Amino acid sequence: MNAVATIPSVRHTIIVEAPREHAFEVFTRGIDTWWFRDHSIGKEPLQEVVMEPRAGGRVFERGIHGAECDWGRVLVWEPPSRLVVAWQIGGDWRFDPDPAHASEYEARFIAETPTRTRVDFEHRHFERHGDAARKIRDGVDSGWPKLLAAYAETAKAA
Amino acid sequence: MKTNLKIRVQAPGDPTRIAIFERLERGPLAVGEIARGMPVTRSAVSQHLKVLKDVGLVTRQRAANRQIYRIDADGVAGLRDYFDRFWQESLQAFKQAAETSLKEKSR
Repeated sequence: MNAVATIPSVRHTIIVEAPREHAFEVFTRGIDTWWFRDHSIGKEPLQEVVMEPRAGGRVFERGIHGAECDWGRVLVWEPPSRLVVAWQIGGDWRFDPDPAHASEYEARFIAETPTRTRVDFEHRHFERHGDAARKIRDGVDSGWPKLLAAYAETAKAA
Repeated sequence: MKTNLKIRVQAPGDPTRIAIFERLERGPLAVGEIARGMPVTRSAVSQHLKVLKDVGLVTRQRAANRQIYRIDADGVAGLRDYFDRFWQESLQAFKQAAETSLKEKSR
């Protein structure tokens, strides 16, 4: 077994012209208002994206006929300053319940002024998806899952 | 790095191609070594390697009189770049949603 090299994190910083509480609220409870509609992995067309507002809460999508498909879990819930979510979509672009196979993203909300918030974002530990990526198979039918599958496939190779 | 991501992500789809890719993850190999024990011909293996090479997932190097294939680290980085863009666009959408909803709230 080869040692798995760490894949560099994806980092972004964005300035939001809104108070910190509001930015945190929209990022979390309001995730459905900004999530791109074609970024889903469920069998049904996407109706709604939900983040349960607590540590241990589920992050999932609900299809137009009500079917739910998990994406991950809230690991750290510290409103209005910090959020960490486990990204548990594996190489077969299905929910993988094993936390050891999850990458994670963190958002930190820093008040620059009372009405301006800086959000420092990081998605890290991509290499943890490695084992799940072995399940990659044909039958992928839309762009985003394909990309995720490919990313996971190569994640284990990096 | 500009590559055709769509073609690239479809590339690993074939089961034989996945098997080849997995063998290369253990280290660089020559065609003959990759083909050994596989239920397809050596020329079929070469065809799959060509596809993987064309989309930037593997590279080829001549060593002595053999062609050695290995995983292309740059190709892997390209897929990380995709994720980078994915979040960049999503965070931009988040910013707009937050600023728009704030205006509506204070109206």
